[in-house]
Amino acid sequence: MERWFQSKSINTPSPVGAMLSYLVLGTWAVLILFPLYWLVITSFKISSQVAEGPFYIPFVDFKPSLDAWKYILVGDLSNDTLRNFSNTLIVAPVSALLALVFGSTAAYALLRFDYRPRVGSILTFIGCVILSIIATSLSVPWPIALAVSIVVFFILLQTIGRRFKHALGNNDIAFWMISQRMLPPIAVVIPIYILFQQLHLLDTYTALIITYVTSNLPIVIWLMRDYLNTIPVELEECASIDGASRYRIFWSIVLPLAIPGLVATFLFVLVFTWNEYLLALFLSSAKVQTLPLTIAAQNATRGPQWWNMSVLILIMIVPVIVIAIILERYITRGLLIGAVKG
Amino acid sequence: MDFLKARLTLGWALRTPLNIALRPMNTETKNLQSSRIRAVISTATDRLAGSVFILPTVLALLFLSIFPLIASLYVSLARFDIVRGGYKLTFVGLNNYKKLFVGSEGDHFLGKFAPGTPLTWLVFGAVVMALAVFLARYLLSARVSIGGLIGRVLLTLGLGVLAWMFVHTLWGGGRLGTASVTLVYVFVGIFFQYILGLMLAMLTVQNLPGRRFFRVVFLLPMMITPVGVAYMFRMLTDTSKGPFTPIWQGLGLINFSWVNNAWGARTAILIGDIWQWTPFMFIVLVAALESQPIEPIEAATVDGANSWQIFRHITWPAILPVSMTLILIRLIEAFKIVDLPNVMTNGGPGTATQSLTYHAYINWRALNIGASAAVAYMLLFLVTFFSMILVNLIRQRAVENL
Repeated sequence: MERWFQSKSINTPSPVGAMLSYLVLGTWAVLILFPLYWLVITSFKISSQVAEGPFYIPFVDFKPSLDAWKYILVGDLSNDTLRNFSNTLIVAPVSALLALVFGSTAAYALLRFDYRPRVGSILTFIGCVILSIIATSLSVPWPIALAVSIVVFFILLQTIGRRFKHALGNNDIAFWMISQRMLPPIAVVIPIYILFQQLHLLDTYTALIITYVTSNLPIVIWLMRDYLNTIPVELEECASIDGASRYRIFWSIVLPLAIPGLVATFLFVLVFTWNEYLLALFLSSAKVQTLPLTIAAQNATRGPQWWNMSVLILIMIVPVIVIAIILERYITRGLLIGAVKG
Repeated sequence: MDFLKARLTLGWALRTPLNIALRPMNTETKNLQSSRIRAVISTATDRLAGSVFILPTVLALLFLSIFPLIASLYVSLARFDIVRGGYKLTFVGLNNYKKLFVGSEGDHFLGKFAPGTPLTWLVFGAVVMALAVFLARYLLSARVSIGGLIGRVLLTLGLGVLAWMFVHTLWGGGRLGTASVTLVYVFVGIFFQYILGLMLAMLTVQNLPGRRFFRVVFLLPMMITPVGVAYMFRMLTDTSKGPFTPIWQGLGLINFSWVNNAWGARTAILIGDIWQWTPFMFIVLVAALESQPIEPIEAATVDGANSWQIFRHITWPAILPVSMTLILIRLIEAFKIVDLPNVMTNGGPGTATQSLTYHAYINWRALNIGASAAVAYMLLFLVTFFSMILVNLIRQRAVENL
């Protein structure tokens, strides 16, 4: 009787524990998969089959049809779908990768270096931004206003900015970064639109990628800061004594050890950029539209087109699932085993 | 000896040419002159490393945050009119904000206040007592500082006002406003997401056959675009054509519609939110659990600790910092919930399921851009308030008490 409750090793549960685990995991898996199953069978229905009530099993309850799939992939909507699909396929991974690179370096920097930005210089900076906005609204051309305020900023920085002794620390910088995500996109979307309009970057990959990278940097920084914090600093000290530069330490020691965290963060940011809707709606008009716009467009004047929508949602999650299956194996234990002893 | 060991095991574990990294850099150079120059350059670039690492991020954030932030603040203080050939902004001071607190918009934003009942005063009194105890304990403790005191007084006032708003709109003839509804979504949602995510993460880091299958399946909901999830849940919760129709029929609810019951509709939206965002908590916690070293657990097992003790004293402290970050990120994101109420219920019945972002969106659609920006800024205040509490009070204390 005893052995039913005895686990063989630390990480292996006892037989009873394993059964209970499977019960919980199985229940949650059903809760996840049933809505997706409904999505799959809806994609094989035609409008009357949806309208007449619930049909559960294809071939038994109803006769599946490929109409919606044909309409999306080879029919009327195929040009839109395929173009938006390839746009998403370019924009989302590139943005996620760039956000991961810049974000993890910044996270490392916030852990290992001390920054002390002075309150005086921050106030000067904000003052100069306000100055340039006021100048622009008084119909001074923006390049001139920007140049003048940059000059004013550096002059003030050298004179007034140095007077203030009070300075902020790393935690304040980190909080400032995460606070960039607090304003809902609906409030900032018009200013961002105007910004890219002035730079003549509307409807380009550049605009979307810049926006996505910037809006996801804070998340990468905060998550990576915690993961990198678990890496023992002794390893870096060893390398430093042996003469490796900061960049080398970061690249060859810190990053490889942080792979589980990097993969989890990458997946999350990828999903965020992959599914972003509101900013894409404003920053793209024809050329670089992404897939979420196509899905939202299916709620047409005749009411939601459930079958088309299901097909679109399904083809939209396939690439992310493939990436997740490839990357999942890297989220495993054991990279740090035996790295530091004593 | 230890150095060597560390180097060997690391190289083996990572299969990266670490020995290149660990080799002294300026030994094998033939020309002494060039090596000295290179050393000077490398120390100079090394000293700049701090700036090089963080500068791209700071510049990118400044580029895309300062201007929109100030511009939308100005818009919230102005009236937006479409005129021929463009638009016009007229400065109106705090009018947009004033409207949110009085009049019809006040009912919408803060909720409809009901006259106080004994229950109202009982609950409110309890909250006030708790806050007073919290403040008094701080004042009697040894570490009182001006900044800490100001922060705690603001916290007490803020929570007191929110509690007053809740008790007066929740019962009787009251009706929750968009601010309270958003708070319900955020806190109930995050609570369940964290508990479920932690439980599932703990189960899937065990050495079970098939755990990779479960991990990938559990990630699926997060991958669907939020609009897609919202439409999917609208299909599922349809009481006459959805898959659960027989159940509704059995319960005699065939003509029931989510549009009629405020709490029913809110629950439906919360279920959608929890379904969609538990994977986020799950995946980050799995990575955190997987990257914690196993030696302390081995040592504790040898010493005869049971699994609860191991969790409480080893695992929990290890994942606490990342949990705080997770909750902070989810808090910020959850305050911006808009797709689910918009698609599933259109904010109904009445305004019962509208979140703050949805409120801003309605104003925005009606071209009330100024009022919309004002709602967004009130949202910003609320999020900042709760994030400050989380970061400065709870996170600090939790990390200190490890």
